[in-house]
Amino acid sequence: MKFRSLALAAAIASVGLSAAVFSPDVRAQAKEQFFPVLTGRTGPVAPNATPWANGYVDYFKLVNTKGGINGVKITFEECETAYATDRGVECYERLKGKGATLFQPLSTGITFALTEKAPVDKIPLITAGYGRSESQNGAVFSWNFPLLGTYWVGADVAIQHVAKQLGGVDKLKGKKIALVYHDSPYGKEPIPLLQERAKMHGFDLQLLPVAAPGVEQKATWLQVRRERPDFVLLWGWGVMTATSIKEAQATGYPREKMIGIWWAGAEPDVKDIGDGAKGYSALALQHGAEPNAKVTKDILAAVHGKGQGTGPKEEVGSVLYMRGVVSAMLAVEGVRKAQERYGKGKVMTGEQTRWGLENLNLDDKALADLGFAGVLRPVQTSCTDHMGSPWARIHTWDGKKWNFSSDWYQADQKVLRPLVMAASTRYAEEKKITPRTPEQCKQ
Amino acid sequence: MGFFIETLIGGLMAGMLYSLVALGFVLIFKASGVFNFAQGAMVLFAALAMARFSEWANIALGGDSLLLANVIAFFGAGVVMFLVAWVIERLVLRNLVNQEGATLLMATLGIAYVLEGLGQTFFGSQIYAIDVGMPKDPVIMFESLFEGGVMINKEDFIAALIAAVLVGVLTLFFQKTPIGRALRAVADDHQAAQSIGIPLNRTWVIVWCVAGVVALVAGIIWGSKLGVQFSLATVALRALPVVILGGLTSVPGAIVGGLIIGVGEKLSEVYLGPYVGGGIEIWFAYVLALVFLLFRPQGLFGEKIINRV
Repeated sequence: MKFRSLALAAAIASVGLSAAVFSPDVRAQAKEQFFPVLTGRTGPVAPNATPWANGYVDYFKLVNTKGGINGVKITFEECETAYATDRGVECYERLKGKGATLFQPLSTGITFALTEKAPVDKIPLITAGYGRSESQNGAVFSWNFPLLGTYWVGADVAIQHVAKQLGGVDKLKGKKIALVYHDSPYGKEPIPLLQERAKMHGFDLQLLPVAAPGVEQKATWLQVRRERPDFVLLWGWGVMTATSIKEAQATGYPREKMIGIWWAGAEPDVKDIGDGAKGYSALALQHGAEPNAKVTKDILAAVHGKGQGTGPKEEVGSVLYMRGVVSAMLAVEGVRKAQERYGKGKVMTGEQTRWGLENLNLDDKALADLGFAGVLRPVQTSCTDHMGSPWARIHTWDGKKWNFSSDWYQADQKVLRPLVMAASTRYAEEKKITPRTPEQCKQ
Repeated sequence: MGFFIETLIGGLMAGMLYSLVALGFVLIFKASGVFNFAQGAMVLFAALAMARFSEWANIALGGDSLLLANVIAFFGAGVVMFLVAWVIERLVLRNLVNQEGATLLMATLGIAYVLEGLGQTFFGSQIYAIDVGMPKDPVIMFESLFEGGVMINKEDFIAALIAAVLVGVLTLFFQKTPIGRALRAVADDHQAAQSIGIPLNRTWVIVWCVAGVVALVAGIIWGSKLGVQFSLATVALRALPVVILGGLTSVPGAIVGGLIIGVGEKLSEVYLGPYVGGGIEIWFAYVLALVFLLFRPQGLFGEKIINRV
């Protein structure tokens, strides 16, 4: 009896102590900026999501080796979602109370689920290169930040690249372009833009969904063989991408005519196929594999060199690892910017961080100072533009590594803007949201 | 017409591969009356063992002989699957003799999660390749008969042949050998089989071993096609409509069921898909299986259960 009472008392004390230790107030006093890390280290997308998570966490460690964000140390906690929306929401609920600065869900499905929760909790969502495309409009989607690019940017750039390959936009008329896509919110995102472009240029858009996770695609590729599209756009993720490329090989479809989105253009997607994937291209969310970037060398020296690396040393600088590094850098710079307004060296709340994120101004010099010269183009956000940069380029697999194979493309705002405005206005009406005015934006 | 034949052949070959996975379900159900929910996890576990052993053996051999590395890896993975079978029997099944079927089903669900987790812990969660020299490029036949010819995927064709041979061997094993008959007796009634001297525990180890070998072959074939990674465990879901349709107790049922499902899902995706938005092949396979169940609740070749009171 005595032992049970003691055990119970110890348990209650430890719960109370941990609650106190991890409470936002204690973090603020200890000058710790807390970043929850939603990971997909297990489950169907683990080979792709793991390098992202390793890069994300390694960058935080790098910042801490340099004294944190103006002296504020970064702390983080991982929560495993296995790319499942319900688990993602569970992680969000669990970690938001610990003083979460912001969330990066790494899943369009989870982003859709959290978009309505974030305004209530006043926590920003960064969805760099994924999420809802219309959330670029910060006047309506005050808490979403699809930084660096949305799927509409990706689709627009892909069509521009196809046009260039054909010899001009006018050559698109009468051509067949197939979209082989993950049958999920993620895979469906580019469809409105592609339909708009198809209407503008007179090409035939064929939509070929692949049921998740995408391990069986024979019927899809038999249709590709029958229709012989001039180009295939591939919106794959995880096992789907590699399976698509293998099926393309098995049906004799030229890999040179395939263009993947930036989530279907990393080493895990092609390295086991080797020469079979030679010629396959994918969009680069600005960066590609960056083994020579300064930030890569810094991480190798200051994090891995001190035995603090999260994953294997060999993956540092790979495409998805860099995606994680870039995503973490954007989060850190959002906090740094917020500190300029709300107090240098102070711990920022989610609401203050939102201001930082929508006033980001990372020019070439700032990027070079951070070690991202040649990795990213300047990023400048505003209250109404939560994306900050509409640029992308193409990289191509040569059988051993990814190499850039195009110049920069800028998504055409004349095409994007009306779509963003129409979809975000529709969303605002549905959810009864009053878009922020320019005056409100200044607050 | 050429395209229809091509789709049909593609469906038949995919169906043969589904049969191979379905066979794992059927074997264990026939021998122990357990619906083994862990079959997909066993495929993943076996494929991970094969891929990593092959990689390590290749490094140890100095990269000189991939064939030898694969042979070593095959036997290594076979031993691992034997150990898995033995551990499952010792720690799980032995304690559940004569328990309700639902209890055993839940136990296999637990085994599935343990194998998925352990497999990725031991062998890693990256994508690993199994290179057994399968040809990847297609051949085009009958070009003079049909415009564009009929395309046949050599890899799928060889995989279907291997699956067919394995299915044939297992059918003979079950029908013609004393061990096969013992396995069937255990499936009918645990206690009755024990009373006539059939050692229940050894029989279960044998059948889980055989299912492990089937999982290994399925893992090698699917792993060679898709790369070895977590999603391989979901391949088992592709075989569920096959066992629903073919019947849980029939090896020929697994084959015929696999072929019907394979052909049905490919034809439906290609010819019906465009009218309903596409992406229908996974659920259409279940629709097909359920339609069959309306007419034959025990499956095409399943045994009709008659309870006399």
